[in-house]
Amino acid sequence: MIEVKQLYFKYPTMKDYVLKNINIKIELGQIVAIMGSNGSGKTTLIKHFNGLLKPNEGYVKVFGKDTQDESVAALSRKVGLVFQNPDHQIFSDTVWNEVTFALKNFGFEEEVIKKRVKWALEFFNLIQYKDTSPLLLSGGEKKRLCLASILAWDPDYIVLDEPTVGQDFLQKEKLREVIKMLITRNKTVIIVSHDIEFIWLLQPRIILLSNGEVVKDDVCANVFKDDASIDKCGVIKPQFVELFDHLAPLLPHPPLDVLEARSTFLKLMKKGG
Amino acid sequence: MTPLIKFIDFNFSYLDSPTPILKNINLEIKEGEFVLLVGPSGCGKSTLLRCINGLIPHLYSGVYKGKVIVDGEQVSEKNISTLATKVGFVFQNPENQIFMFTVEKDIVFGLENIGVDKEEIGRRLEWALKILNIEHLRYRAPYELSDGQKQRVAIAGTLVMHPKILILDEPTSLLDPKTAYEFISTLKELNRSIGITIIVVEHRIDLLPKVADRMIVMDGGQIVFDGPFKDIIKEKNLHLYGVTVPPIISLQNTLSESGVNLPGYSLDVRSFSEMIKKEVFRND
Ligand SMILES: Nc1ncnc2c1ncn2[C@@H]1O[C@H](COP(=O)(O)OP(=O)(O)OP(=O)(O)O)[C@@H](O)[C@H]1O
Ligand SMILES: Nc1ncnc2c1ncn2[C@@H]1O[C@H](COP(=O)(O)OP(=O)(O)OP(=O)(O)O)[C@@H](O)[C@H]1O
Ligand SMILES: [Mg+2]
Ligand SMILES: [Mg+2]
Repeated sequence: MIEVKQLYFKYPTMKDYVLKNINIKIELGQIVAIMGSNGSGKTTLIKHFNGLLKPNEGYVKVFGKDTQDESVAALSRKVGLVFQNPDHQIFSDTVWNEVTFALKNFGFEEEVIKKRVKWALEFFNLIQYKDTSPLLLSGGEKKRLCLASILAWDPDYIVLDEPTVGQDFLQKEKLREVIKMLITRNKTVIIVSHDIEFIWLLQPRIILLSNGEVVKDDVCANVFKDDASIDKCGVIKPQFVELFDHLAPLLPHPPLDVLEARSTFLKLMKKGG
Repeated sequence: MTPLIKFIDFNFSYLDSPTPILKNINLEIKEGEFVLLVGPSGCGKSTLLRCINGLIPHLYSGVYKGKVIVDGEQVSEKNISTLATKVGFVFQNPENQIFMFTVEKDIVFGLENIGVDKEEIGRRLEWALKILNIEHLRYRAPYELSDGQKQRVAIAGTLVMHPKILILDEPTSLLDPKTAYEFISTLKELNRSIGITIIVVEHRIDLLPKVADRMIVMDGGQIVFDGPFKDIIKEKNLHLYGVTVPPIISLQNTLSESGVNLPGYSLDVRSFSEMIKKEVFRND
């Protein structure tokens, strides 16, 4: 479990706190989305989960251990963090070595490494680039490479900062698939994202941040009912929630996806004529 | 009218690329168009854009065949700085274009470079800070900003140049939803009021239905669809070309595939709902 208690944080160069009295618990087996306006503190918060940043006040505990007492490397084995900007993460000379690097550091066996790296690169459509320099990849490809690297070492918490940026439809589908697969294996996926439609399809628990504070922490359906909170956090409604608002008495609830919406409308139209 | 941007029998591959990246591109974009460019990851969108602002062939070398003409002149024969006064470019990764010590200095850097007078620089700076809602970040160090804040600064630095052509490679990818909507409306406003030509690569096209006139779909280095947005978006199987079709449009597409005859086609939720209430249930 990740436990955040009365966390306050400020960057040394700035006078104001960017995280204020954050209290959250994240158990295994969940999907959690963190949403909020630009600059609200999302990235700063998740950097506390693997010890990259340490609280000024309060604490963050990962599986009961205070992050103040642990190395980033040890924490990363449990909490894998994929940055928004792949250029901050990529440093190897080839795609293959990029994924291999951490596995070697964590002391996995040669055979296991090979299998895992191959799986990860194939899954993310990158195997054809295995001998290529990561610098030559397109924006979306680089992003997937970072994901592949982290999934390869199989941490318990997978923390993704804006994972859908630069990803096309197919890649987003795959990402959703991988997230769901991880949950069935009792992993937890924490996603920071502005991509409302992607989040809606996952129906996660959502934590809304505004100006360094938690404004709301609830299941997806409830969060999008709370107009005041989402507005405060720069978030807008998924299209099917908006649709429900317009057609409320006609629809039982906001459709979860296009298939459900279709069958609802087909039924309605039979009745309505 | 002669097109503002023209690709003629154009092919390109990077030095290290085993296969051609752009294949036989013939494309004309007229002054004042608002073009949405989409396609699967790796299909060559950013590469195509680099050919318009001259990064290709001037900074990226490779095999360059055919012609790219921008505002009457061949890109390969112009230097990048001349092109830069005409073609504003917002990169996929904002960190590639932020390099000064304060946000303010970063935004005016380009203007100072081309010798615009102080007063005018001041006016444009205020305007851009306001439009992007970053007045409060003015004296901050750009590299200490959040990702979305960086993206806003990068956009501001391009807008102040008042380019004739504005090219944006996923400009809203890091913006929060509300800001993204506002920014896209601002783009449309610029396009309408001063006729600036806009080409935008965007995966979140739920933001664009009401603003793009034209939609170009690329796949494997080629253009596979090109036409008015409202027609192309109805194409079946757009998802196979990497396009995330907005749910409300996708719903109408699948309903019509199931044999439902909707009285019209709506690009946004509000008008779809009105249509459903009025025409289908005849109660409002
Ligand atoms: N500098 C480079 N050298 C060699 N190959 C490159 C270079 N930049 C991109 N490529 C390759 O060219 C192809 C097209 O890349 P491009 O960046 O144009 O794709 P894209 O459509 O913009 O993708 P994305 O949506 O992921 O940003 C990709 O296969 C990529 O790996
Ligand atoms: N290295 C830094 N030094 C000083 N201030 C910083 C630094 N990084 C971020 N900040 C500030 O801290 C606040 C929170 O930033 P953070 O990156 O956590 O926001 P975010 O919610 O992830 O935003 P975005 O959606 O734009 O990515 C912002 O006001 C930002 O300007
Ligand atoms: Mg962030
Ligand atoms: Mg690109």
